[in-house]
Parts: sequence; structure tokens; C-alpha cells
Amino acid sequence: MDGDSACCEGALAGGCRFVAGYPITPSTEVVELMARRLPKIGGLFIQMEDEIASSIAISGAAWAGAKTMTVTSGPGFSLMMEHIGYAVMTETPCVFVNVQRGGPSTGLPTLPGQQDMMQVRWGSHGDYEVIALAPNSPQECFDLTIQCFNFAEKYRLPVFLMMDECVGHMMEKVVIPPADEIELEPRRYTSQKPGEYYPYNDLENLVPKMIKAGDGYNVHITGLTHDHRGYPAMNAAAQQKLVERLVKKIRDAANDIIMVESDELDDADVIVVSYGISSRVASRAVRLARERGHKIGNLRLITVWPFPESLIEELSQRIKAFVVVEMNMGQIVREVQRCAGSRALTVGVLNAGGAVHKPEEILERILGVLS
Amino acid sequence: MSLTQIKVGGFGGQGVILTGTILGKAGAIFDKKYAAMSRSYGPEARGGACSAQILVSDEPITYPYVIQPDYLVALSQEACERYAIDLAEGGAVLYEKELVNPSAAPKTARLLGIPCTRIAEELGSRVVLNMVMLGFFAQVCPAISADAIKEAIRITVPRKTIDVNILAFDHGYQFTNAQ
Repeated sequence: MDGDSACCEGALAGGCRFVAGYPITPSTEVVELMARRLPKIGGLFIQMEDEIASSIAISGAAWAGAKTMTVTSGPGFSLMMEHIGYAVMTETPCVFVNVQRGGPSTGLPTLPGQQDMMQVRWGSHGDYEVIALAPNSPQECFDLTIQCFNFAEKYRLPVFLMMDECVGHMMEKVVIPPADEIELEPRRYTSQKPGEYYPYNDLENLVPKMIKAGDGYNVHITGLTHDHRGYPAMNAAAQQKLVERLVKKIRDAANDIIMVESDELDDADVIVVSYGISSRVASRAVRLARERGHKIGNLRLITVWPFPESLIEELSQRIKAFVVVEMNMGQIVREVQRCAGSRALTVGVLNAGGAVHKPEEILERILGVLS
Repeated sequence: MSLTQIKVGGFGGQGVILTGTILGKAGAIFDKKYAAMSRSYGPEARGGACSAQILVSDEPITYPYVIQPDYLVALSQEACERYAIDLAEGGAVLYEKELVNPSAAPKTARLLGIPCTRIAEELGSRVVLNMVMLGFFAQVCPAISADAIKEAIRITVPRKTIDVNILAFDHGYQFTNAQ
């Protein structure tokens, strides 16, 4: 199956029972399949009037008790920014899938890009942290969608699956394990009783326990800065306390969230860093360089946000250079550069989207930094 | 490592992507190998240029794109001209004989033509031209078995059309007049 279908199946396996979306290439297959599959298993799919509505409908359904998701691509993702911030501020567990295409604007509907990697990190206003994962195969579209739902429940925030057109439309074998072999993170409901419960008081590792609308709890959920009761508290002290916790709950858990795949880092002179479909192109370049006798490490970011800062910092102390491959004009390469400082050279192999790199372009860059 | 690289090109509406899908499923599911299929197409539903690239291998596939096709299936002149130049040494061009002049292919290429659209029309359903081509492909390419391709057709096409699709496949598989 293709990556889009695998994402849909992963969401269903991950417990998703509510999807609101507005079809957009190259993510349309996900909503088409959701529209067919969800009603048969007691779920609900709604095609909303636009992406703004889709992105807030999933927050509503999450508070009604469902695991929820929306799916889009660049132009739709831009429309969703406001409600991403709302989900962060209200600590609403939900999943956003962005099958990236070339931008800005309508750009390249049928061709790939990785240009939304900074938008997903910083696109909504205010200070916050997010979790974003980047699959590089249909199998990972399945596996990581489940992971997104698990992280959303564990840390109560919007979690992002940053696919790209190539991974979304590529077909490969996908193995779907029996349901009882899939680990699911259940929603963490409060054990406190109505009357004694406050929405942002009952914390575990800085993450508050939830309730479900209709269970008799008196709750107030707002995007305004709020106190432990959920009521607006618009002063610097309340803001500091809340935003600091929103950020800290993710930063403190970075080790649990960060996943990378690495190969031959130990004696590497140069490490190639990539994510998503670019990693499969990069790995061919790495092989070509190794065949020429060079010591090249390969580092693939499965989790792009939170960024694996300490790993890059540590590696920068013993290598000559990082070569970062991505389909944008320079986004994650700047993160690598920030963490590497002046200890290692950081160069990007970049393009504006529309097509994956040629392995030879990457090889040339690797050989260039070695010489 | 035995890696077979296949490119299929034509117009939207000729069943190019479906052909690639079936080859990939045949390799990955029924021949139990590894396969990857990518497609490229324009925004229009029909008539635009579209192509599929399929890799079949005994080992996991890292780089999922065709570099030098061992087999080029050309359903349009444009696809033939565009992709034939990359053909691997001794590779084969399987082309729709009544639509494509394969003169762009390198000298070492095996040129195998079949009037698959006409054969499909004679079977009463023009849309199965790609199944005729798949049968012809199965004759020529040992990397994916004919049985696997037939199984893949059965699980992919709409149930009511399985018979005509298999019939079309068999006509391509038995076609003997390739030049």
C-alpha cells in the first residue's frame, strides 16, 4: 500500500475514531480512506468546509473523548496554524498529518517538498514546543502514526506526522501486526471526583490528567492564559507558570521522544544528516562514498522536533563535517549548525522541492568537504 | 543482490499507475521479494504524462528510485523518448506497437512491440490494454512470475472485471508476434 493508506491504517490502529479534514493533494488518499473506513468501525469522518474548521473540530472531538486527527498539505497547514496554538495552549491531544508538497502557496500540488519543517515548529504564535516525526517509508507511515497518537496522549499536545509527497504516494509492503501486539497509550483520565478536580491541577510529569465532556465535571477550556482551574488569569505570573510548563513538559522528556537511526557514526569523518524521503536518497550517497573508501556516518532523524541537540553537539566534537540533505532552501541545516557551532563544519545539500536529490549531488558535497 | 528496475510510462487513463501497482504487489506479496513503486503524474486526471517506477529485489530496497531501467514499458511516444535513453545495457523496451516508434532506444536494447490497445479492443474492453501489456511483460521478464502477476491482478481490479482482466493478461502472455 502507499504511505497515505498506511497512515490511515496506522491512525485506526492507533485508536483514532474521529477525523475532520478537507481533501488536498497529495494527502487526499488519507481522507478518502478514512471516509470509507471510519463509519464501519464506529468512528466518524467529517469533511469540513475548510482546514480552519477541520483543525478546531478535532480539538472538540478530543474533549468529547475521541482520539482525533486531521490531514492536509502545505496550503491547508497554513490555515491550521491558529488552532495548532489552541491545541497547545489547551493541552488537547490530537494528531496533524502534513503530506508536504512544494511551496510557497499553491506551489507544486503533486510534487514533494520538506519546506514546512520550520512552520511546524514555529508557525503558530507564542512560545511552545511540539513533537514532529518524519517517516521515510509506507511502513513507517503506519508505525509512526501510531507513535504520534501515543505521544499525543502521553504529553497532551498536538503531534505532527511530517510526511512528503514521495513517501505518501510510494507503495511498498506494509506489515500490520495483530491488534494485541500494538502498544497503545490510553487517555490519562483523572481519578479525582467532580467537585475536587481542576483541569490543570492533577499533574503527572507536568502533564495534566484529562476528563471527558459529559462525565459530570465542571471544566472550562480556553486559549486565554489560565490558572489551574482553567479560568482566564491574564497576568505575567500565570503566563510564566503556564507557558514554562508547556515548554518544560516536552524539553524534559526529550530523551523519551527523540528517535534517530544511525549507522557507522563511531569512526566517521563526515556525518550525513537527513530525514523523510531524503534519507533514502542520502543513504545511497553514503554507500557510494564508502565504496570509495571514505568514513561516512549516516544519521537519520525520525523525530525532528524536539531536535536532537545534545546528540549533534556530542558528534560535532569528533567529526570534520555534517552534510545535511533536505528538500528546502535550508531549515534543519540551521539547527544542525546551531548545535555544531564552530566545532564541525555544517553544509547543506538543498533544493527548493519538486524532486528528491540525485545521489550524485550529495556524493559530490561529501567529497567536497573531505578534500 | 538481484535488483530489477522497471519504468512504465504513458498517458493518464492508460492504466500506467495500475500497471506499476500490480507489478509491485506481485513482487512484494506473491513472489515474496521486496518491491517499491513510485509514481509521477500531473494535476490532470486523464491525458497528462504519467509514469511509474518499480524496483524488485531479493534484499530490502534503500534507494527507491529507478536509475537505469532494465525494462521500459512505453505506452506513449513521449514516454519512450523520455526514458529510453536511460535504459540499462541490454535492457528491453516493451512498447505499444501502434502508438510508439522506439527509435530513441539505444542500439543494444531489445525492442519488443505489441499492439496491446487493439488486442484489448478486440476483447471488447479497451481499458484492459495495460493487462495485455502486463501479460506480455510476464513473458519477457523472469524477475516477477506470471502467477504472481495474475494473483496481483485478482486482488487489485474490481471483482466484476477480474475475468476480462485475466483474459487480457493471457492474450498478452501468449502473444507470439513480437518483432
